[in-house]
Amino acid sequence: MWIQRIARHLAVFVLTTLIAGLLGASLVRFGPGFETDEQQLDPRLNAQSVQALRESHGSERHLLAFYLHYLGRMAAGDLGVSRSLARPVAQLLSERAAVTLQLMGAGIAGGWLLGLALALPAVLFRAPRYELAATALSSLFLCAPTAILALVLFFVNGPVRLAIALLIFPKVFRYARNLLADAYTQPHVLAARARGLSSQRIFFRHVAPWAVPQLLALAGVSLGIAFGAAIPIEVLCDLPGLGQLAWKAALARDLPVLVSLTILIAAFTQLANSASDVAIAACTRGRA
Amino acid sequence: MKRTRNIAAGILVLIFAASLLAGFVAPAPYAAQFRDFVSAPASRRFWLGTDELGRDRWSRLLYGTRISLLLAPAAALLSTFMAVVIGGIAGYAGGWWDRIIGRVIDLFLSLPWLFLFLIVRALLPLNASPLTSVTLTFTIMGLVGWAPAARIIRTGAQSLRNSDLVLHARACGCHGLRLVLVHLAPGLKPVVFAQFWIAIPTFILGEASLGLIGLGVAEPLPSWGNLLRELANPQAVASNPWTLAPLAALVIVVSCFQLLLPQKEFAS
Amino acid sequence: MKRLLAVLAITAANLMGQWGGELRFCLRSDPKTFNPLLVEDEASETVRYLTGGVLIRVNRLTQELEPELATSWKISRQGRAIAFQLRHNIFFSDGTPFTSDDVAYTMHALMDPALHSPTGDSFRSAPGDVEITVQASDRITIVFPAPVAGLDRLFDQVAILSSRSLKKEAATLGPFTVAHCTPGTEIMLERNPHYWKTDAHGRHLPYLDAIHLDIQQNREIELVRFTRGELHLINTIDPEMFNRLAKQEPSLVHDAGPSLESEMMWFNQNPSAPLPDYEKDWFRSQNFRRAISAAINRADICRVVYYGHAQPAAGPISPANRFWFNAALKPHAFDPRGALLRLQRDGFRFENGLLRDRDGHAVEFSLITNSGNKVREHMAAMMQQDLAAIGIKLNIVTLDFRSLIERISQNFRYEACLLGLTNYDLDPGSQMNVWLSSASNHQWYPNQKTPATPWEAEIDRLMQAQAATVIPEKRKAYFDKVQEIVSDEAPFLYLVTKNSLSAVSSKLQNVRPAMIRPQTYWNAENLALAPTQLARNAR
Repeated sequence: MWIQRIARHLAVFVLTTLIAGLLGASLVRFGPGFETDEQQLDPRLNAQSVQALRESHGSERHLLAFYLHYLGRMAAGDLGVSRSLARPVAQLLSERAAVTLQLMGAGIAGGWLLGLALALPAVLFRAPRYELAATALSSLFLCAPTAILALVLFFVNGPVRLAIALLIFPKVFRYARNLLADAYTQPHVLAARARGLSSQRIFFRHVAPWAVPQLLALAGVSLGIAFGAAIPIEVLCDLPGLGQLAWKAALARDLPVLVSLTILIAAFTQLANSASDVAIAACTRGRA
Repeated sequence: MKRTRNIAAGILVLIFAASLLAGFVAPAPYAAQFRDFVSAPASRRFWLGTDELGRDRWSRLLYGTRISLLLAPAAALLSTFMAVVIGGIAGYAGGWWDRIIGRVIDLFLSLPWLFLFLIVRALLPLNASPLTSVTLTFTIMGLVGWAPAARIIRTGAQSLRNSDLVLHARACGCHGLRLVLVHLAPGLKPVVFAQFWIAIPTFILGEASLGLIGLGVAEPLPSWGNLLRELANPQAVASNPWTLAPLAALVIVVSCFQLLLPQKEFAS
Repeated sequence: MKRLLAVLAITAANLMGQWGGELRFCLRSDPKTFNPLLVEDEASETVRYLTGGVLIRVNRLTQELEPELATSWKISRQGRAIAFQLRHNIFFSDGTPFTSDDVAYTMHALMDPALHSPTGDSFRSAPGDVEITVQASDRITIVFPAPVAGLDRLFDQVAILSSRSLKKEAATLGPFTVAHCTPGTEIMLERNPHYWKTDAHGRHLPYLDAIHLDIQQNREIELVRFTRGELHLINTIDPEMFNRLAKQEPSLVHDAGPSLESEMMWFNQNPSAPLPDYEKDWFRSQNFRRAISAAINRADICRVVYYGHAQPAAGPISPANRFWFNAALKPHAFDPRGALLRLQRDGFRFENGLLRDRDGHAVEFSLITNSGNKVREHMAAMMQQDLAAIGIKLNIVTLDFRSLIERISQNFRYEACLLGLTNYDLDPGSQMNVWLSSASNHQWYPNQKTPATPWEAEIDRLMQAQAATVIPEKRKAYFDKVQEIVSDEAPFLYLVTKNSLSAVSSKLQNVRPAMIRPQTYWNAENLALAPTQLARNAR
């Protein structure tokens, strides 16, 4: 029974990932500028060379054929060669993954810590001035362009990884504050207070469990937010991570790289969201 | 908090009015280039100084507010609405609906939407007005930006579906739309309002980023997004702090929106 | 007396250069290739320049040809053949000897039709095979199927590969060799122990031990690192940053005068373009083009956008190109009134602030340019205001580069385009694919079967004539005429010629900024670090 369930989940996972790859490839393939190359504008190239440049996209012209061929090679561990960087895609991904994972990991951890650290006092102490100050602070960092925050951090010799944390914490703060405040108005919390339970007990046993499922859903989503923020940070601060690779590949219409990245992100996103769903199910099991 | 809310409302109304009356309030047209006063500091003539083309920054801020203040909240509303509908259906209905919509959400979170913007830009006539182009940009952002919030709303809807409140309501014979509108929707408000509040600056900043690849507001039309691009030069900002004015305006507006949105008051 | 002599000796030694040290500067992107024959991007070209040995070098300061690996050369058969006398006792970085076999090997590889390299295509003036004859280990003759304009200058771009070395293109003849490369981060070049050049004392160059190239696209970060002393030079610096740095440390910045780079715009004159007929009529009218040109205030663009570090452009050749520049040509003067008079000749009328053509269509068109280039966007905004003064509505559309290339070279769905022109070579022979009406880079109307206008036919004739002769003065006369026609007919509206701006640390010696690439390190083998910097490096 459970083997069947796992197999079903795995099949859906694989199918979704493959569809994501195909859709991503379609967006790139049918987007403007696909079969062009900056080299075409080099006046030294003769007509034959320009024609050869145009024909070099031949293997990618027929989308379905390209994608099936790509999947066949992927099964053998070959993700193709990047057109723009002239290097194997698998090598590029493995070299750059560490930079992005470090940036994202530090950013997400920092963002959640900061966000919760700001939200909890707002909920526990309920001081209007604190609420106002926290709102202003989170608004400031919500509105500041992340890449520019990263640049500023670079210029003051600060940790550039903090930029993602500064992007994530306002969202965590706002969601957490709202969810926890909502939890305090729930009937079971009111009942607990009426029974004279301590505020700590009320918070940990009755308030937090109410908000945790949705916060876990936010945790799953914050991976996607972090990767989205990593792109401009890596581009502006010249960090050789996956985000910078994605940007360069997008500008160069580098189909093998973009398809590989889309599949990687789709797999990663599903894993993160599934993990969050499992955690949510575990938390709410006793609450049915 | 009521006084704070009134002040926030007043500030928003003032900013809205100033932007709508920009034609009367602004001392110069937003495109006028005072070429002998390039990158000028703040003065009596140019309250926030001028930019690198000698354009009055204060005038551009007023006109830019109009674009961003109208379009960003509209896009945020669109994405929030879609998140509520899609996430709500998934969470409330459960079963196959939940599974399929969950996968669609994962797809939406994975795809390189940049290319959709490029495709739309390619299809637009070159002489389309900057306003048409930026409206389309914000609309697309709204149409593709719902996925993260939908996941959270889905989880919230699932929790509510299984809650005692909904169980009692069902037991009392409440079903369908009435159940959703009267019992479920109020429970999703904290997340929905948080999402709306977050989406506004996210879309404004998104428009700024898209400007880097030609998908933002076209010259000479100002928007907060393209005004914020001046901040990409921190050293120049340090020597001319008036370039921070659009950021300050955005922070004030976003804070005011947050203070105005109905929030759960803490139970006393 | 002894003390004085000692002081003089030390001073002389300092002027020569201190040995050792690591020069550090940035590349804007990863090199796409380390194969010198396939170089097409700036980063690859930098590596090629620093590591490659060439037969003939264009001195970036004097713009004259100098012998390098070839001690002499002779062009014959009316520009079809070139014979080289090679230097003796030269070795690649791995110790393998340099002979004419290596030159032959390189030229065979370069002229392979399947290679499709810009360098190789520069030599390909006509179809046919290249004959390479090795007469001796130090003599070689190369014969091309047709005359090649500026043949000897082209060898400045050809880095000689070793035919024997197992290291392939890693074996170099230049002052440096690639030590290692961390993709996305850095490239380390180290001194070539077998480099053949010596200084006045007979000691083997280069002075530097190594060159550290950081991959850094962000120019703000590059500038900050330079001011912090982490970098020794910025080869090309933006005008705004130049000004900022000049305010802090004027001695560190260098404006070498006009570069070979200019900005220009053109109108889409392709009859098959999906444009309304009345617009095609506008763009094909010489009066219309000249009027637009006269309405643009180039001086303001130079002053505002380039902070005075540019000059109005007269044509495709920069004043930096001393031999080929036509000094008789002047930039189109800013004359809005004159512009309106020209337009009236074509039946346009200026009423109530709007310009209309003879059929009543309001004159409005779009100008596409590449996004992310702030300078170009500012230029376009200034042109927008200038044209508004004569009633023309200009819509600026910034596109990512690939989308732009698709429009100007494939589907022709555009009206006007603003781009930059970078001349890789001083010799306009390299621009054949721009001026010939049948060529793909004949931007305003590419790939014509027959010339669409008499003046394009005349340009075709003149370009072919200059390619068929080796006499420089004759070639110049032909090309001067081409420049005159272009100025008159204005298929390209040349806007500004940018100045060559760079920043150099005071710790770097023997730098002599030039107008043409590579501006600051063209004499890399002679660059040296000051003694205090060396001491710091040693620590």
